[in-house]
Amino acid sequence: MSTVEDVSTTPQTTAKPGKPALSEGKRAERRLGWLLCAPAAFVMVAVTGYPIAYSIWLSLQRYDLRFPNDTEFVGLANYAAVLSDSYWWTAFATTVVLTVVSVAIELVLGMLLALIMHRTLVGRGLVRTVALIPYGIVTVVAAFSWYYAWTPDTGYLANILAGDSAPLTQYLPSMAIIILAEVWKTTPFMALLLMAGLALVPDDLLKAAAMDGANGWQRFIKVMVPVMKPAILVALLFRTLDAFRIFDNIYVLTGGQNDTSSVSMQTYNNLIKGLNLGIGSTMSVLIFITVAIIAFIFIKLFGTAAPGSDQGGKR
Amino acid sequence: MGNGTSRGRPPGRIAAAVGVSVLTAGLVTACGSEEGITLNLYYAPEDTFQTVVDNCNAKAAGRYNIVYNKLQRGADDQRVQMARRLAAGDDGLDILGLDVTWVPEFAEAGWAEEWTGANRDQAEAGVLPGPLATATWNGKLYAATKNTNVQLLWYDDRITPQPPETWDEMIAEAEQLKAAGKPHNILFTGAQYEGLVVIYNTLVASAGGHILSDDGKSVVMDEGAVQALEILKRVTSSGITDPSLTNMKEDETRQAFQRGNGAFELNWPFVYASYAEEQPQDLPHFKWSTYPAVDPGVPARTTIGGYDLAVSSTSKHKPEAFEAALCLRSQENQKFSALNDGVPPSIEALYTDETPLDPTKPVNADDNPSMATAYPMRDAIFAALKDPAVRPLTPAYQSLSTVISKVLSPPSEIDPQKTAEELRTKLTDALNSKGVIP
Repeated sequence: MSTVEDVSTTPQTTAKPGKPALSEGKRAERRLGWLLCAPAAFVMVAVTGYPIAYSIWLSLQRYDLRFPNDTEFVGLANYAAVLSDSYWWTAFATTVVLTVVSVAIELVLGMLLALIMHRTLVGRGLVRTVALIPYGIVTVVAAFSWYYAWTPDTGYLANILAGDSAPLTQYLPSMAIIILAEVWKTTPFMALLLMAGLALVPDDLLKAAAMDGANGWQRFIKVMVPVMKPAILVALLFRTLDAFRIFDNIYVLTGGQNDTSSVSMQTYNNLIKGLNLGIGSTMSVLIFITVAIIAFIFIKLFGTAAPGSDQGGKR
Repeated sequence: MGNGTSRGRPPGRIAAAVGVSVLTAGLVTACGSEEGITLNLYYAPEDTFQTVVDNCNAKAAGRYNIVYNKLQRGADDQRVQMARRLAAGDDGLDILGLDVTWVPEFAEAGWAEEWTGANRDQAEAGVLPGPLATATWNGKLYAATKNTNVQLLWYDDRITPQPPETWDEMIAEAEQLKAAGKPHNILFTGAQYEGLVVIYNTLVASAGGHILSDDGKSVVMDEGAVQALEILKRVTSSGITDPSLTNMKEDETRQAFQRGNGAFELNWPFVYASYAEEQPQDLPHFKWSTYPAVDPGVPARTTIGGYDLAVSSTSKHKPEAFEAALCLRSQENQKFSALNDGVPPSIEALYTDETPLDPTKPVNADDNPSMATAYPMRDAIFAALKDPAVRPLTPAYQSLSTVISKVLSPPSEIDPQKTAEELRTKLTDALNSKGVIP
């Protein structure tokens, strides 16, 4: 596949007008390629395209399972209802705050952890495995232990740190605890991605910089970070998209009380609990659009490259 | 599995063996169900309910066999599981255990069969009017009441020898106790969930108010509903509730009282059995009364809970399902569940029933209880059940409840007029499936 593509995307070397230069064999090969891809492409459309199209269709209707006789086409009314609702915007703001703060903390901690893991000489495998344990624990299970830890009487953290109050009943403490749970869980993943980036930094480059008199901080900022940039951006993209769809930690820790509900939680409440397919689908379409925008910003503006591609993020 | 040739059986043969055993397992179960009809009961976990199911199966003498599928413990999860399967037309559901607030929803969505003729007569016979109202929608019966429930006021007679008769008295007493440095909190379910709606609904009904119109189609939020907001605000902003109030559900409330962290507890009767088990030495001081009134001289109207049994409209064996549901909630079986699982019966005659579980032996609180020994508070329950408050009957109840609990949270920040206005608009949206629920 890649050879075929390379030929066609380097036009200067082969014949110019309209690419007639493809031989019979090449064309047959390409046709075979398409045929081999077809089943996979078809399955992709069936399992991802159809549900997306169907939820867009649902979002244009009043469709409530509890009032099956009142189903009707309402155009963009559901979008107007959701976008003018304070509950939606509160959840949206909460989600953005959770995403930005947790990803920022994860980036810093993840980088530290990656540097440590990268430098470790003794028991490297063990260190890396141990660091990855939080990522291996099922989020819901971890969330429950955080929940009990922060509940007065049963929880050691609440007893030590919170005195008489119940931190999960107030807005700021609950947000902090949700962020803590997120950071604790996904920093190792961040570190893993960043460590792959660190491996790209040639030792010679660092030695040369040291010879030129750069101190540790300068070497990090001026040499390592630029070389690692593709890895950092990929890590940030993955984590931002993940964090924006946060659900399980909030579901367990606060159940969305005290304005800690995220957009995913709210969509679940409207779609699954409320059985309101119209409004719920509208919300999921809006989440889909937001996620697409985030991905677009990262890829087009920051030049994040997909892992494995060799463009190095330059566009 | 690797290449599978070096050791062990080749993978093909293993797959074949697995396939054959799956097929034969299928055949065996198919043979089993050929003998009679299998009825799938989906119902909340209840410790001794399997015995009731077994009794009904024995009575059916092979005509049908009820299989008790335990739903999740959380009411929301139970509802979601049944709703999702019914919406998809799953014909594997026959008898549904519905919380009393779900009947209009399941009826309107076309998931529950209407009860008519002899079945209806039998399902209505001797049932208290409050619980019966929860099983009806638009004047038709869609379920048979299985059990009911009602909250009481619990107190410790060493702290307050006489229970308060009104909310004003209760608040005043709590403030006095606080000043005297004694346990003083009024404990109730203040978390942002259905429990808060239950308290609010009781207050509204006790103040003679309405949240919705009687047909469930429009929002009323009258003076009584505003007065209820004022009381809720006053109780929660005078320092006489637990600091964890907004995190407290039924069990947290019970535990807080048992720890001696309160003077009054508003909760369901299950707290008595827990108290008897965990603190038997203090049990003689653990007393109960009906809910305090809002207006002196006008008895409180307390919100009822409980479960109803409906027949799924997707069921392939409806006549048998009706018959089985009637058996599961018969007077005899309601009594069994009341004595063994602590769920108050919905059939009136059982509140004056004196015979013990095993009528051939004398009454004994430990192994042969009667309604009198298992329910020392049965007169209070019965009194509350005579004129109870039913939560608003509407198919959109779930959305309504989510909105109410959100708008009322935290209760200490209620601004009666403004909150009432907010409830009016948000609830109207929810009734028309327009608005967003939080």
